[in-house]
Amino acid sequence: MSVIYFIFQQTMYFMIPLMIVALGAMFSERSGIINIALEGIMTMGAFTGILFINFTGDTMSGQLQLIIAIIISMVTGMVFSLFHGYASINMKANQVISGTALNMFAPAFAIFIARVIQNVQQIQFSNTFRIASVPVLGKIPFIGPLLFQNAYITTYIGIAIFIISAIVLYKTRFGLRLRSCGEHPHAADAAGINVYHMQYAGVLISGALGGLGGLVFVVPTSTNFNANVAGYGFLALAVLIFGQWKPVNIMLASLFFGLMKAISSAYSGIPLLNGLGIPSYFYKMVPYIVTLVVLVFTSRNSQAPKAEGVPYDKGQR
Amino acid sequence: MKNKHKKDYTGITSSISAIVLGLIVGLVILFLSNPSQAIPGFVMILTGAFTHGAKGVGQVFYYATPIILTGLSVGFAFKTGLFNIGTPGQFIMGAFGAVYVGILWTSLGPAHWVVALLASVIMGAIWGLVPGLLKAYFNVNEVIASIMMNYIGMYLVNWIVKSYKPLFNNLRNESRNVAAAANIPKMGLDKIFPGSSVNGGILIAILVVIIIHIVLNKTTLGYELKAVGFNRDASKYAGINEKKSIILSMMIAGAIAGLAGGILYLSGTGKHIEIKDVLAPEGFTGISVALLGLSNPIGVLFSGIFIAYLTAGGFYLQLYEFSTEIIDIIVAVIIYFSAFALMVRIVIEKVQKRRITKEESDREGGTEV
Repeated sequence: MSVIYFIFQQTMYFMIPLMIVALGAMFSERSGIINIALEGIMTMGAFTGILFINFTGDTMSGQLQLIIAIIISMVTGMVFSLFHGYASINMKANQVISGTALNMFAPAFAIFIARVIQNVQQIQFSNTFRIASVPVLGKIPFIGPLLFQNAYITTYIGIAIFIISAIVLYKTRFGLRLRSCGEHPHAADAAGINVYHMQYAGVLISGALGGLGGLVFVVPTSTNFNANVAGYGFLALAVLIFGQWKPVNIMLASLFFGLMKAISSAYSGIPLLNGLGIPSYFYKMVPYIVTLVVLVFTSRNSQAPKAEGVPYDKGQR
Repeated sequence: MKNKHKKDYTGITSSISAIVLGLIVGLVILFLSNPSQAIPGFVMILTGAFTHGAKGVGQVFYYATPIILTGLSVGFAFKTGLFNIGTPGQFIMGAFGAVYVGILWTSLGPAHWVVALLASVIMGAIWGLVPGLLKAYFNVNEVIASIMMNYIGMYLVNWIVKSYKPLFNNLRNESRNVAAAANIPKMGLDKIFPGSSVNGGILIAILVVIIIHIVLNKTTLGYELKAVGFNRDASKYAGINEKKSIILSMMIAGAIAGLAGGILYLSGTGKHIEIKDVLAPEGFTGISVALLGLSNPIGVLFSGIFIAYLTAGGFYLQLYEFSTEIIDIIVAVIIYFSAFALMVRIVIEKVQKRRITKEESDREGGTEV
């Protein structure tokens, strides 16, 4: 039984950042802007958040410090994503190129600044955020160990973001307008929606959640930040597509990807899997291979937003 | 013809302005981080490559070789309407093919390096083939498929190298040395640039650039590939086998990126496949090279040398207590601004159009533009 709890807790560490980032990207792509810069946004968010934890490590600790770091990460992500928004919305640039540039910029910038500040590129931080057991809830049989032990506050934030995202996208006026901009911006414009504003909103949400996701990824899995998020931005992109741009599917896809990541990093501690003798590289490759297979079956009638990646030009019909 | 000339002009203008802007941003960052060293540091970026004379120039060509080829791979795919972001995967697969042949097929004699390079071309082509097939038959977006192939390739190569004893150097956690005959000959370049790592790879790269230039611009095949890139449906209607074209484009692009990997890992400079879960940076740099070179094979040649030149200068930056990442920052900013090329072009065209319309209406009030 303890093995199941262990795997599930590990899965949550990997799943939550993937889900947060993919949900953010969902808002951007649903508004019609491809955001391939997730990796860079995550790196920047993690960078400033961890830097804050490093700076205040002597005077602060615990949940308050983490919450302030979260806010800093989200703001950083939003500011950084503005560059993508400006290029793809105002300048009608190729969105993939702009995203690639931001992905290149972020790790170089993080290393450069870290070296200027403290001479080494790794930023150390002490992890004082783990909740051994949530009062009362942690004592519930089965569910307690599964969800409320060895947990992080970010896990619950992630779950909250999932619920809010689903409601915002499908049950609010904002969500409907956002989706219409990704499907048929000219019709949306004709109906009186400011397409540019909606697209900026989408990009900013993806920036905020991307920055948050970067921090959420680094905190439970490491004790230093080395200017990268291990390809999680690209993995989140795969989650988004695997989840066909829908919140519930994205949650399930990130659960699956998180499980695979957890197995690949912890399988030697699990007697059953260790006995199979499959190397960890296999589990590392599975999410990507599965995504390719899913793409083959879904791309014919893909659920992708129709106007995705096409710069909106008012003058065109 | 006249129209085409104008377009080229706007392209180069936007590239150059992007470079200038990128350098300015780099200078500003240097100033903000350490004002007293900023100017000498910046001068070092621009001139550092010449610090050691002929050796330094040789090093520039050595760094330029793989990124010219990955840039050519991305640029070629761009010209045929595809975005090949899969160069890191194709690059490492090519490197693996070359290293595998280089270590194990020792009975080939003087042809060893040629066969090893061929292996890298084939491995790269296979890695490009998969996204091509998926795009042609299942309409899968090649960007996403290529990203997946990058990670699959990286993990696969690490897995094989680590688990196959004859390839793996246990002590250093990397691949073993390739046989001496598998290293690309210097082809006389060590006489021109004594002491540098440059080898025949740069000549091979230039040859490939010329071949791709001819294929794209002077052959029916190149015409068909480009036509499919412009409009898949129209090309099909015109009798071009559009599926075959897409697959072929991705295969050629993959083969070039694979060759880049082969050349770098057979350059005899102590380069080994390291067991790290990191995508090959040479692949991503190829995207920058292609964008800066406007996807034109000759342009790619020069932009590859330009970025290698900055990188070489960046190495000496540590003298001024700056880390070399400033070069990556500058290049990223250059790429970001060169993404604005479309807008620059629209603005310039608008101005020109307005001028032409005005001239014509002044003359006789015609509306033909």
